Amino acid sequence: MKPAPFEYFVPKSVEEAVELLARHGDDAKVLAGGQSLVPMMNFRLVQPAVLIDINRIVELGYIREGDSTIAIGAMTRQRVVETSPMVREKCAILSEALANVGHQAIRNRGTMGGTLAHGDPAAEVATVLLTLGGSVTVAGPQGKRELSPEELLAGPYAAGISSDELIVEINFPILAANETHGFLEMSRRHGDFALAGVAAVLRMGEGNICQRARVALCGVAPTPVRATEVENQLTGNRLDASTIQAAAELASRAVDCEDEYHASREYRTHLCQVYVRRTIQLALERWGDK
Amino acid sequence: MGRSVPRREDLRLLTGRGRFIDDFELPQLKHAAILRSPYAHAEIGEIDVHAALELPGVRGVLTGRDVAAMSRPFAVGVSPAPKYYASAVERARFVGEPVAVVVADDRYIAEDALELIEVDYRPLPAVVDIEAAMAADAPQLHEECPNNIYSQRDFVYGDMESAKKEADQVVTGRFLFPKYGSTPIETYGVIASYDPFADQYEIWSNYQGPMVGHALVAQALGIAENRLRWIIPTDIGGGFGIKTGLYPYIALMAMASKRCGVPVKWIEDRQEHLIASATGTDRLTEMEAYVKSDGTILALKDRAIDNTGGYIRAPEPGCAYRSIGNHTGAYQIRNLEREVLVVGTNKCLTAPNRGYTCQHLYFSLERMMDKVAAELDIDPAEIRLRNFIAPDQFPYKTATGGLYDSGNYAAAFRLALQRFDYDNMRQWQKEARAEGRLIGIGLATVVEPSVTNIAYVGLAKSYLERRKEHPKSGSGEAIMVKMDPLGKVHVIAATNPQGQGHDTVISQVVADQLGILPDDVTVSNVLDTHQRLTSITSGSYSSRFSSAGTTAVVLATQRLKEKLFRIAGHLLDAHVESLQNDSHKIFVREQPQRSIEIRHVAGTAHWNQSGLPEDMDVGLYGVGFYNMPTSEPPTEFDQVNSSNTYGFIAEVLLVEIDPETGTLQFLKWVSAHDAGTVINPLLFEGQLQGGLAHGIGGAIFEETAYDENGQILTGSFMDYLVPTSMEIPEVDLVHQETPSPLTALGSKGTGEASAMSAPAAIANAVADALRPLGIEVNELPLSPNRIWHWINDAQSSPSQ
Repeated sequence: MKPAPFEYFVPKSVEEAVELLARHGDDAKVLAGGQSLVPMMNFRLVQPAVLIDINRIVELGYIREGDSTIAIGAMTRQRVVETSPMVREKCAILSEALANVGHQAIRNRGTMGGTLAHGDPAAEVATVLLTLGGSVTVAGPQGKRELSPEELLAGPYAAGISSDELIVEINFPILAANETHGFLEMSRRHGDFALAGVAAVLRMGEGNICQRARVALCGVAPTPVRATEVENQLTGNRLDASTIQAAAELASRAVDCEDEYHASREYRTHLCQVYVRRTIQLALERWGDK
Repeated sequence: MGRSVPRREDLRLLTGRGRFIDDFELPQLKHAAILRSPYAHAEIGEIDVHAALELPGVRGVLTGRDVAAMSRPFAVGVSPAPKYYASAVERARFVGEPVAVVVADDRYIAEDALELIEVDYRPLPAVVDIEAAMAADAPQLHEECPNNIYSQRDFVYGDMESAKKEADQVVTGRFLFPKYGSTPIETYGVIASYDPFADQYEIWSNYQGPMVGHALVAQALGIAENRLRWIIPTDIGGGFGIKTGLYPYIALMAMASKRCGVPVKWIEDRQEHLIASATGTDRLTEMEAYVKSDGTILALKDRAIDNTGGYIRAPEPGCAYRSIGNHTGAYQIRNLEREVLVVGTNKCLTAPNRGYTCQHLYFSLERMMDKVAAELDIDPAEIRLRNFIAPDQFPYKTATGGLYDSGNYAAAFRLALQRFDYDNMRQWQKEARAEGRLIGIGLATVVEPSVTNIAYVGLAKSYLERRKEHPKSGSGEAIMVKMDPLGKVHVIAATNPQGQGHDTVISQVVADQLGILPDDVTVSNVLDTHQRLTSITSGSYSSRFSSAGTTAVVLATQRLKEKLFRIAGHLLDAHVESLQNDSHKIFVREQPQRSIEIRHVAGTAHWNQSGLPEDMDVGLYGVGFYNMPTSEPPTEFDQVNSSNTYGFIAEVLLVEIDPETGTLQFLKWVSAHDAGTVINPLLFEGQLQGGLAHGIGGAIFEETAYDENGQILTGSFMDYLVPTSMEIPEVDLVHQETPSPLTALGSKGTGEASAMSAPAAIANAVADALRPLGIEVNELPLSPNRIWHWINDAQSSPSQ
């Protein structure tokens, strides 16, 4: 479990990093928190010729509150975001989802940009971003551009980013006063990759009518996915047990998972339904408590 | 005694000053990496190492051809024995089997070189399932072993015919216990250095024992044992039985060192450990219980098939026989018929795994107790109480030859039931069930054997075969205690601790025996075959230290004390019998003013050797080399006392299952233990917690799983799930102390504890919870996926 030989660069700025990426492109990997990349290199599953360590780019570590979004620098550690009182107040779904990312020691190193760039199908941060409809800013040879979550997640493993680009910032919309949320996931042990996870944000009106629903699933398809049929079923309806159950039963239509050792396809598909229902219920209970 | 003396090891370990195998360096030390078979079963043709040898920094490569030329197959207690070398020779039989070794300047280069080795593999069909392995058309692993059977024996104890006639009912069960291991935080490690001038090997390794492994390696290398020096570092990061499977790597690295002419270090990485070190056996058991309608169990008949993987490696087939003395558990069952089989499949090899197949045995036996209870409509607690061995029957000889030294099972079980509030919980369960909740109460009452008698492996051969060989038996342990000229004590031990806190206990026991303070006792605990007293049974395994180890400590200390008193008597001109001591001085009991300080007695022994009594040897020390007198060879009727001390465990627990997700939640757990006299409650409870966590691992999380082609599915910690503190419930530990008459302090072993009983208890709880759905629980691990499928199948089956 020792990595194959590689060349190692430590840029001090985004410009320097982008320059290195332009030069080494496909042969290079960016090292952020290293919580996925380093094990993969140790297993020799990836053998990059060049490693660009961006841990010294201090300008990428920040959390900034805007009018309607929270901007987070790509190198901000997950644990910093998870424990930020501002994030907990303005975008609690993100704090809650982060508590499910591995263990604390992993979140102490793991970064917000790193999890998005790695693009694991079970990644909680990407799922929340998809649910909230935020954006990701990447820097490349042609300057900066902004990607929607759907563009970022165009395919497995952050297919939306090209090999000469670097994530620099993530924007999470602030939850509005008339929005409620829930995040739940099922894993074998606390901290494991989710067998199924659900993030939901509901915009609520009078009489528990759901005005808008955003629901995304993780761990059950090649990327985190929106459950649009669930959303449609909820939107415009008064949320009660039967509406929620009817919506949850549509969750399986968003799912595309395979049999694997820990869980059969049938079981995971079933879990989606259970967890969609429980997450919506949780969101609704919170709305009722407001 | 009986005090929670804090561990003296902790400060060193917690500040990073432990000395583990990877901390050891030698001049000119080089590093090895192992090329491993990616196939479960494959012929190995040409191995082209040219490119690897040309890589700068590579010192040499060892392949199966070299291993076959430089060593013999390891000895094992079955005949005919399949040939097992330290690496694959011409054929690989499991994923991860060593195929070649590269020695290089560092581990990185060595691993780079592995990628340059070209191996001509010709894949063969693989078999992983126990029953499939015995089928007529199964791929054959070894020509010596038709139908992939390594070992097969039948046993009958008692009078089966009468028991069968007398029985009112027969209850049957079929149980599949999975393959799982331990995951010591420190993996295997070896440093090997060959000295061509002395024709001698020096080995440093975290091998846990038994030192049978030393004899096996010497034999494989074709050298006398005094040319093989093993040093086992003071600190080992856990063993749990799995490190008994380490010795083939010692032979492999010894050969690599000889071949390359340099000292070689190999530290196993986690992937290697999970794939190819060792795990416990999986076992298929079919069992019949012959019972009377009042719940009395008259006889058991069973067929158990173990699976030691691609080869059979000593101490296997111990898996099949280790628990023979306690096969009937805590119950008075006098009649037993057994068929025992050990088969081979294309899986990783096995080693004792905390509990060493007692968890397999009790999974079957305790599930059977519940099935009998259900069939006869008797409460499962009651059925156990009706069948327990009674307190006045100890020492109790079991039908299979086990000699239970002491116990009071009913009392300990009642203690647990009371703490659990059993009757009220049963009532509550009824109410909760009526609400549709899946609530289960699980029980397991088991005998916990400790201190292996190596004789049991002999059962793999018939009495007639055994008679042709020299008998084997024993459980010995050696300790030396010496006193310095100022009266302070130093203990020379080779008990091979892996984190248990032996040095704390040794200092506690010695201080107690001498009437001095533990701080005045230092301990050097290193197993070194050339510098310490050792025996074939040395090492830490089968929970032997707190019985055999401490008895040797007491014996050695008493001998030292005797000598100290004789010198004091000589100096005081008093009879030895009239003397007594406190922490500073020895005095005449009736005339305390006639006294001498201990340090003066010790000083005389060292500084004035002519001042000693004439008939006395110089030197102030005591040696205790202790063997349990109950460690005898098997009888002609295949009876054997397979262990030496026997404790008792009762688990009573409450679970709830979420029918929607199949997840299991522990609501309450009482775990009662009787391991004789408790020497140090702090260490004792630490062992109990650890054993229990491991039992939960085996019941729910851990499995060394393969697909049908023999590819491993659990090759990293992402898939091989070890329970963390988040998964372990709070457990109420209840204690009873029934001292052992066999050990100096009355203590018994308890290092395995609930690792033996928790899988059975959890399975019983889950079975109880799922009983309203008509679901049987005959298989582990109880993953949410499995439980949900059971529930889903039961609810969608037409009979519902």
